[in-house]
Amino acid sequence: MPRIGVFIETREGRIKPAMSGVITAARGPNHELYGLVLDGRAADYKAQLQAFGIHRIVDVASPTGPLGWNPDTWARAIALAMREFGLEALFGLTSAMGKEVLPRIAAILDAPLLMDCLRVDVEKRTAEKSQFSGKTTGVFKLNGAHCLYGMRPNVIEAIPAPTEAKIDAFQAPVTEGALIVEALRLEASRGVDLTEAEIIISGGRAMQNGDNFRILRECAEVLGASVGASRVAVDAGWVPHSMQVGQTGKTVSPKLYIACGISGSVQHFAGMKTSGVIVAINTDPKAVMMQHCDYGIAGDLFEVVPILTRQLKASLNHG
Amino acid sequence: MPFKIYVCVKHVPDSAANITILDKTRIEEKITFIINPFDENAIEEAVQLRSKVGDAEVVAVTIGKPAAVETLRSAMAMGADRGIHVVTGDPPDSIATARALKAAILADGAPDIIFTGKGSIDSEGFQTMFRLGAALGVPAANNVASFRLEGRTATVESELEAGGRAVIRMPLPCVIGAGKALNKPRYPILPDIMKARKKPIRTVPMESLDIGTPPASVQLIELRPFSDRRQAKLIPGPVEKAVEELVRLLREEAKVI
Ligand SMILES: Cc1cc2nc3c(=O)[nH]c(=O)nc-3n(C[C@H](O)[C@H](O)[C@H](O)COP(=O)(O)OP(=O)(O)OC[C@H]3O[C@@H](n4cnc5c(N)ncnc54)[C@H](O)[C@@H]3O)c2cc1C
Repeated sequence: MPRIGVFIETREGRIKPAMSGVITAARGPNHELYGLVLDGRAADYKAQLQAFGIHRIVDVASPTGPLGWNPDTWARAIALAMREFGLEALFGLTSAMGKEVLPRIAAILDAPLLMDCLRVDVEKRTAEKSQFSGKTTGVFKLNGAHCLYGMRPNVIEAIPAPTEAKIDAFQAPVTEGALIVEALRLEASRGVDLTEAEIIISGGRAMQNGDNFRILRECAEVLGASVGASRVAVDAGWVPHSMQVGQTGKTVSPKLYIACGISGSVQHFAGMKTSGVIVAINTDPKAVMMQHCDYGIAGDLFEVVPILTRQLKASLNHG
Repeated sequence: MPFKIYVCVKHVPDSAANITILDKTRIEEKITFIINPFDENAIEEAVQLRSKVGDAEVVAVTIGKPAAVETLRSAMAMGADRGIHVVTGDPPDSIATARALKAAILADGAPDIIFTGKGSIDSEGFQTMFRLGAALGVPAANNVASFRLEGRTATVESELEAGGRAVIRMPLPCVIGAGKALNKPRYPILPDIMKARKKPIRTVPMESLDIGTPPASVQLIELRPFSDRRQAKLIPGPVEKAVEELVRLLREEAKVI
């Protein structure tokens, strides 16, 4: 019975929504699934984890209590847990946190790792991911004692598979090493990270300035969406780099991506082409984004978006 | 002993280039290649650090095919003093790459600090810097948005989710993966480019490096073109009506809201 681990990412006492799809991806015929929890609240997550098929929840801590955030100690603790429980594979998210932790575990174990996976076959040890700005998809074979997979958030549909989970405590004898986390600066951070967002509304050059992004934020509030941007809007200083979608920004794959006044450059598409549904709002019906979307409205975003916000508000209130 | 700054750079296809798959795992390489964009941030930071430290040297290191020498020239035009080119055939995976970088750097000197880009835009593996740090037994931080050196202690801000940052302290030597927010890379001017042609490059065949026998590998078995199955549906009519139809489609057809 292959034992497969899942690194469970949480935020403020909740499992991140994109985790359910990752757990779904890790399931397989007679896989025994281990959910590794590091924030000290494993018991709180039991109902949700067992609903998606986790059999054993491993509460990973140091001998003195929960491990505070430090990617280096977390990686060492998870590597030890993988050995302790004989996990032959580990799944995680290709999120900001996953990008800090998974490669460190792979480096410690000298294990193969594929980040940003679109699909994984645990039995064949193969996985697919985008290559060359999303212009090709590569199929890779992983060879090694443990295989690590970082899934692109939201690409695998979450399907419940109820079971009964048991909680194991694991005390990893790790202490802070050469890498010290001195402080966390979260004041600037707002809401859900773009990479994990289920709905994104983005603005490009057509936004003209930072203030106008308010139009998008108003729509985002109604939709429960996050706001993104093209590089032009970031380079102009209208919005921070953490909002940039694309090749040199974030790779996202929401259920719904609404591109407002974004032409659809190769580099922008590289970061959002695997989105579920793409909506384009653009004055130019011939813009690449308009030709490679699912639904397009040819029009001025300053007119269209406020109407969209108003109609969504009305329809979601009565729906 | 000058302070030794190494910068790992990668020769990658320009993101605007057309990618043609030749056989199962190779692409047509008669396209424009560039220095990986994040590596420009790495070079920029290294060059700025050199002027602060004074007696310091910036060495650019690449693992790549013969044509990758162009990327070393770009790095030197931006200010690197010299280059090391580990010449390979097909691109090695990140496990072998990190081992080769370690061997090439240690054969050259004792690093005080190593910069890399936070990822490469062609394969987007997001792991070589961590493997290099682990192989050398030194700490590594990635997606670095600010960097400060005091004595032998580096303090960096590493980007977390949703715009948050972690302030991380590490002793030298360490590995730093540069993000876009770290700096604004300089744009080399013609005299810099001319000067770079005369800077020394040491060429090392990959086979000559002792990288041991890695216990693991990630092997590309097939490349496929990305197929976009979307059928663009442009919604006609006056804005109010078109938006109404869009909301209906998102709800009833796509079922995403
Ligand atoms: C190495 C490299 C990396 C890059 N990385 C990225 C990246 O990560 N992300 C990224 O986005 N770009 C990236 N780029 C830049 C990219 O090539 C494009 O320049 C950029 O994406 C264009 O941004 P845009 O669509 O906002 O602007 P434009 O291409 O100028 O498009 C503006 C669009 O707005 C439309 N428009 C104008 N007014 C209105 C209005 N009132 N209402 C509705 N529509 C309107 C226009 O018809 C046009 O289609 C990168 C480039 C390079 C070379």
